[in-house]
Amino acid sequence: MTDRRSTSALLYLSGVTVSFDGFKALNNLSLLVEPGEMRAIIGPNGAGKTTMMDVVTGKTRPDEGEVVFDGKADLTKLDEADIATLGIGRKFQKPTVFENHTVRDNLLLALAGLRSWYRLLLATPTKAENDRLDEILSIIRMGPQQHMLGARLSHGQKQWLEIGMLLAQDPKLLLVDEPVAGMTDVETETTAQVLREINRTHSVVVVEHDMSFVRALGVKVTVLHEGSMLAEGSLDQVSADPRVVEVYLGR
Amino acid sequence: MITRFLLQGMDRGLRLFVLLVLAIGIVLPLLNQLMPPGSALHVPSWVLQLIGKYLCYALLALAVDLVWGFCGILSLGHGAFFALGGYCMGMYLMRQIGSRGVYGNPVLPDFMVFLNYKELPWFWHGFDQFWFAAIMIFLVPSLLAFALGWFAFRSRVTGVYLSIITQAMTFALMLAFFRNDMGLGGNNGMTDFKDILGFSVQADSTRAVLCFASAFALALGLVISAAIVGSRFGKALTAVRDAESRMRFLGYRVEGYKLFVFVLSAAMAGLAGAIYVPQVGIINPGEFSPANSIEAVIWVAVGGRGTLIGPVIGAVIVNFGKTWLTGALPEVWLFALGAMFIAVTLFLPKGVVGLWSQIRTRGATRKARAPA
Repeated sequence: MTDRRSTSALLYLSGVTVSFDGFKALNNLSLLVEPGEMRAIIGPNGAGKTTMMDVVTGKTRPDEGEVVFDGKADLTKLDEADIATLGIGRKFQKPTVFENHTVRDNLLLALAGLRSWYRLLLATPTKAENDRLDEILSIIRMGPQQHMLGARLSHGQKQWLEIGMLLAQDPKLLLVDEPVAGMTDVETETTAQVLREINRTHSVVVVEHDMSFVRALGVKVTVLHEGSMLAEGSLDQVSADPRVVEVYLGR
Repeated sequence: MITRFLLQGMDRGLRLFVLLVLAIGIVLPLLNQLMPPGSALHVPSWVLQLIGKYLCYALLALAVDLVWGFCGILSLGHGAFFALGGYCMGMYLMRQIGSRGVYGNPVLPDFMVFLNYKELPWFWHGFDQFWFAAIMIFLVPSLLAFALGWFAFRSRVTGVYLSIITQAMTFALMLAFFRNDMGLGGNNGMTDFKDILGFSVQADSTRAVLCFASAFALALGLVISAAIVGSRFGKALTAVRDAESRMRFLGYRVEGYKLFVFVLSAAMAGLAGAIYVPQVGIINPGEFSPANSIEAVIWVAVGGRGTLIGPVIGAVIVNFGKTWLTGALPEVWLFALGAMFIAVTLFLPKGVVGLWSQIRTRGATRKARAPA
């Protein structure tokens, strides 16, 4: 309790417990993510990976425990909008872009800055905002499609657009939920490259099932099991852990 | 700045449509007033009254569409805001009767004398002034919408639950207004109006002006809605409609967006009700009936949800059908209404306006294919 405001970690979870009707989705979970770090979180179905993301982004309130962001913000007291404004972005497993908005408008909505309804009534995009949008469009290579509606994009294009939206949002910490589900091997490899690219300027937490993808990332791995941390270390270290083998890798 | 704000959402089609609405509101009353009754160009007063009524319904439909079509809030209680605006106007009109009532009481309306009221209830004060009534027409529906929306949107009540709450609200208000001790005329409501702003409500010239006022109010509603929908606020609003939780994770405080359009929409519905009442000459608790609110939703669905022109077209088509069928085959009307709703849901998910743009794009692709 005393040290929580002096932690140097970007994300600090301590003793977090969440139960749904008696079932403990998270059980006394503790986790530290350092600034600039990329962390992979693996675990079998029902290990609490998504619940952990829900707690960090304010969708679910923990029953017990502390969740501190950037050494000062108590995330258990804030809602989704507050937490997003503090600088935590979330990418969902299924790409969720705004289908009835153009690619450019999708990015504009995500762009860090204006969020209050009364200021948006009169606002027009500034030159700085337009320049930033153009820059992101060229990074995700979607300049030619910028006036296309989200609904008309292919699955891959939606993934790219969503990455662009995250760049526009410019969060300090990026939570990424199963980014390569349903992707081909080539796409998986490209996504790993993109995440490493993003990790140069942002901290990233990736939840993933796909072992070859986690290996391609080459980062520290946390293994969750039944809502608690089972092991932590490099992929080779945790793969060698007999408990991990038993609950997850062996199957 | 305000002109720029008001014009930003207007594309050419909508601009023409607003001009058309205004033209109807100017030309028909003028033909009524200037042409002699025998002339082929003379527009009879009952037509003006009918058109005025349709235009008020169209404004109500636009209000419903603003929250449903653009923000995804399916309100099944917008008839309540319409009726509240109507009651505010009715209270003003009652106080204009003065001592010309059956009982000749200079202050108390007839129904109060009949019910042995000794003095005017507190909430009737001020309604002898038009400016006061004009403020209340907007304020009363807005405040109710604000109170309801504040709690519902903060508690994240959405979807069908919100629809049920709004439906319950209008039903509760109907029961309340049916009571005689509400001091608002009980089940008879208010009628026998004499003057509005010193002009007789029965006079043809007043009818003409009211028809114009309806068209003007609708045009104003269209311009304001277009400005809001076309702004960056509007982009965020439709994004809330399509993926609310995604917007929260982007850092938007969704409640503020919903509350603003809900309150604005209630005020628009109130204005529609207020212009409606002097044209039909009566307001009673039946206006709060849940069926009325549901009918307004059907107008929007028929015309085209999520467009600005759609609800206006839908309100006019359905009400024209209602006027015609309830005259020709009264027992068929409700079946026809139901059939229309089912047909639109099955075959025209984007309403009549959607059908129009579908035909246009099909024509365009055919034209594009032709040279090849």
